Amino acid sequence: MPRIASLFFAVLLCLFASVALAALWQSGMRANTPTSSAAEAQVSQASVHSNEAHPVIIRKPSGPPRIELAGTDPQGRTASVACSTCHSIRQANLENKTAATLDEFHQGMAFNHGNITCYACHNPNESDALRLADGSSVAYENVMTLCSQCHSKQAESFAHGAHGGMNGHWDLSRGPQMKNNCIDCHDPHVPKYPKMIVGFKPKDRFNEPSTAEHQQEGTAAHDKH
Amino acid sequence: MTSTDPCNSQQAESKANRSLPIVENFTRRAAVKGGFATLGAAAFVAAISPLRQAAKSTTAVEFMQRHYTELSPEQKANVISRLEAETKEKYGADVTIADDRPIPGTKFVYAINLSVCNGNGKCVEACHKENNHDRSTNQSYIRVIEMPKGTMDMEKGSTTYSGIVPKDDKFYLPVQCQQCDEPPCVDVCPVKATWKEEDGIVVVDYNWCIGCRYCEAACPYHARRFNWKQPEVPAEEINPDQSYLSNRVRPVGVVEKCTYCLHRTRRGKLPACLEACPTGARVFGNILDKNSNIRWILENKRVYILKEELGTKPAFFYYFD
Repeated sequence: MPRIASLFFAVLLCLFASVALAALWQSGMRANTPTSSAAEAQVSQASVHSNEAHPVIIRKPSGPPRIELAGTDPQGRTASVACSTCHSIRQANLENKTAATLDEFHQGMAFNHGNITCYACHNPNESDALRLADGSSVAYENVMTLCSQCHSKQAESFAHGAHGGMNGHWDLSRGPQMKNNCIDCHDPHVPKYPKMIVGFKPKDRFNEPSTAEHQQEGTAAHDKH
Repeated sequence: MTSTDPCNSQQAESKANRSLPIVENFTRRAAVKGGFATLGAAAFVAAISPLRQAAKSTTAVEFMQRHYTELSPEQKANVISRLEAETKEKYGADVTIADDRPIPGTKFVYAINLSVCNGNGKCVEACHKENNHDRSTNQSYIRVIEMPKGTMDMEKGSTTYSGIVPKDDKFYLPVQCQQCDEPPCVDVCPVKATWKEEDGIVVVDYNWCIGCRYCEAACPYHARRFNWKQPEVPAEEINPDQSYLSNRVRPVGVVEKCTYCLHRTRRGKLPACLEACPTGARVFGNILDKNSNIRWILENKRVYILKEELGTKPAFFYYFD
């Protein structure tokens, strides 16, 4: 019994000592004001940065597409040609709407972009460029000008960061911002955003391994958690 | 003779006692007392055993560390260098822990386009990696809920969906900390280990948190996470770009939460979840800036506030095209 009593006494003593020590510590530190210097450093840093505004860089396609040739030469090399290689000597069929109605080339190409003809966007007079609705030519690099003719709502959202996503900095005084262009995400011939497969799942309490029972009454099983 | 007689008789008595080693006066009462005393002592030892464990894993300096908001710059520097050394020791990774403070004149706001989000979960994974979450539990601050169309009731959704997304009859609702202007989690903290900063971010001092989990229960968005175990992250996977209030490796037994990646956003960068989003559904910015993306969205889109009726005033908005 006296052994336990002395143990208790020791514990009590330690407690008092630590409380006193903590109090001393705190009173000592209260003298100097905290965080003010950190805040000052941040301000000066901000003022340094605010002088130079960084750009919003919208990625552009590298240029008109190149068509890979099917065969290889005796040295095993492949080659690619420009659209105009073939199209400059062929008559443009302004009525054509899908690859299915073509008898050669572009076979098997999927097309699902409204009820428009190939030459609604491609330029019949200049095969390595695109064509605006008014007939004027526009380079492949500026494809967004073409898309925006019909998709003005998306273009407006894009201009305000509400469509298409971004990378880099929200604060342009501190660094640049990079944005995609339309065809980075949308295949112009099949513009619907593709389906994806979920790869990563947290294993938390809301995420028990799903059993057959769970799947049948998904919501009911969920309420229980 | 008379003086020695009692002495002799006493000696005789003690001799008699010694020769008879019977436990005398050991009543039932004493036995019960003894039993309970033993039980009490055992219970006491059991009760303080976590403290003994804590003493092993906690240094005196760490135990005596004061609240983040009361630390002087020198003390902060000491704490940070200690934490960096601990990360090196425990995880074998060289990290820099900064002390990022709010940028004056900013209030961070997030928006998600629910018409575009397809539930692919890249944001969840990006958060997991960026914030040095425990690898074995795939912990993340973001939970994407697959919802039946026609309701915003989170209880009707499921987070266990998998496979190909989006499904035709579903929409996807990513939920993370809403950085509320009236944060219930801050109100319930008994030790003031969590608070709201000037730029709107609700932060936690992970060294001050006692792990009572009141905040986790108080949050209507299920946005807080509890570290049930010491996070395991391989050295080469640790994100070395850390901040004290944000993505440093948190200790076991504390509650942690999304900070809008303040170690990035307070340096002008975009949050990791936004950069990872392949659909461009996420928008982040400073609502005090009249020309910001976020202001345009709030002024021009149909905007929804999750559980608005609770009066938490989130700094997080969902919108539709």
